[in-house]
Formats: sequence, C-alpha cells, structure tokens
Amino acid sequence: MLRYVSYFKGLSETDLAAVNNHVFEKKAARGDIIVFESEPSDAIYYVNEGVVKAYKTSADGKEQILRIIRPGDTFNDVPILGGVNLATAEAMSPVVLYGIKKKDVEAMTHDYPQIAKNIIRVLSQRVEEMVDLIEDFSFRRVNGRVAKILLENAGNGGKPRLTQQEMAAMIGTAREMVGRSFKSLEAEGAIRLEHSRIVIANRAVLLKIAGLSE
Amino acid sequence: MSGLPIIDQSKCNCCGLCVTICTRGALKIEGNVVKAIPVEDPDWCTMCEIVCPNGAITCPFEIIIDEDGNE
Repeated sequence: MLRYVSYFKGLSETDLAAVNNHVFEKKAARGDIIVFESEPSDAIYYVNEGVVKAYKTSADGKEQILRIIRPGDTFNDVPILGGVNLATAEAMSPVVLYGIKKKDVEAMTHDYPQIAKNIIRVLSQRVEEMVDLIEDFSFRRVNGRVAKILLENAGNGGKPRLTQQEMAAMIGTAREMVGRSFKSLEAEGAIRLEHSRIVIANRAVLLKIAGLSE
Repeated sequence: MSGLPIIDQSKCNCCGLCVTICTRGALKIEGNVVKAIPVEDPDWCTMCEIVCPNGAITCPFEIIIDEDGNE
C-alpha cells in the first residue's frame, strides 16, 4: 500500500517495511469529522477506501470545499511539520484511512531524505492548487460571467443542459467557483435553484450582474 | 426533463465511490453496473459528479426563465 503514497515513492522495500511500523488504520462513517479546522495537527492521512472532503467554514456557516480526496490521495499534509489543521476533513462515505503521526513523519525525514524530497513535492502541489484558487477569488469576476452564461443558455426546453464543469470550462475557472456563484446569485434574488433546474427569477438583476443591457 | 444523474457506462469502472457518498440512495450497483434510481426526496448536490474519478457521471442543469418573475 505505502508504495502508492506520494510521500514514500522511491523507497526500497526494506525502507517501506520500516515506515510501515508507524502506520495506523482509522475507519470512519459517512459524516464523521476526521480532523477539525484550527485544532492542533496530529497526523497525515492516506485514503485507502472511500471519499473525504476538506473544507473551510465561514462564520455564518457557509462551507467552501477545498479538496475532494479519493483513494490514493493524502490530506492534512500542509501542516506536516507542526501547526494547526488548515481545514476540516469529513468522511463523505464509509472510509478506511491510513495515518502517520506528525512526530513520526519528522523522524522519517531525518532517516530517509527521499521522504523529505517527496514532501516538498507534495507541498509544492498544494501551494499551486491554493494559488489557482486565490487567483480565481481575486481577479476573476466569476459571478458576472456565470450570469452571462445563464442568460445565453436559458430557454424553456430549447437549450442544452449544462453541468457546472462545462460552465467552468466555458469561462475558464474552477468548478467550485461556479457552485459558489450559484449561491451568490441566488442570494441576490437573480436565480433560484430547484433541483436540476436553474430558474432565472429576476432577469433584470441577472443582466445587471452580467454587465449587459436588454 | 430528467431528474437523475447521467452515467456514461463506457467511462464507469464501477468503483462505487458515487454510491457510497450519495446521501439520498439515488445510485446503486446492479450486477456490475452503476444505476441512478428515482428517490422520493431527491437532491441535486452533484457530489457524485465531483467524486467520480473517471468523469463518468454528469449532473447537468436545465436553465429556464420564470416568466412570472420577469414580466
């Protein structure tokens, strides 16, 4: 199992066996919180079975998913050398996780320099993901462009149905940003989300958000 | 209008992740095939679309205009 974990790529069978002594198994049911945001960070985890979501929660209870972690991926790895959990991790299904305590990870980086290199690679990837998200939040007026797509593709039966991924691709943003825009446009009264339908409730407001005129 | 997620069986490898995360029980495995089934209290959370590692599930939205609210 360990050879598939990004942290341990390139290690010999002997080294992997030594590392394996520090691995513990953790099971969780759907909805269980595995790590809480802002609590002292204790371990990194590898998802062996199931799906975990990592998210931040705003003061008014809004949830922003940062990552979906599928089998083969690790999480809670940014504060790997100490600090607090940056996000809450919740099981979306029954999950089987393998964890390693942070103190053991620290010891391993001394004993196996390859692990330190692998950690740097993983953390670099996380930084890239976060920078992409920050770019979306900071510079892209996603609401306006989502509003424009909704207006262009609205039609009672005559237009193709669109997924959030397709809309994201159309405007060059992340799928998560489209979902966030839906919530924002709904809060402004421009649309209503009704199951698999997006209802344009106030076309004038939506036009204004899109920066368009009649 | 279909109210069920669309499953592209040519991409689905039946890993079952979507089935395990669906809080409404709207997806199940029959034989070696994942199927979407109508449920009484449906949701359109689209999480199955997100978790699918193969892009086999899509949850498209129909965009319509509320004539009453736009007159």
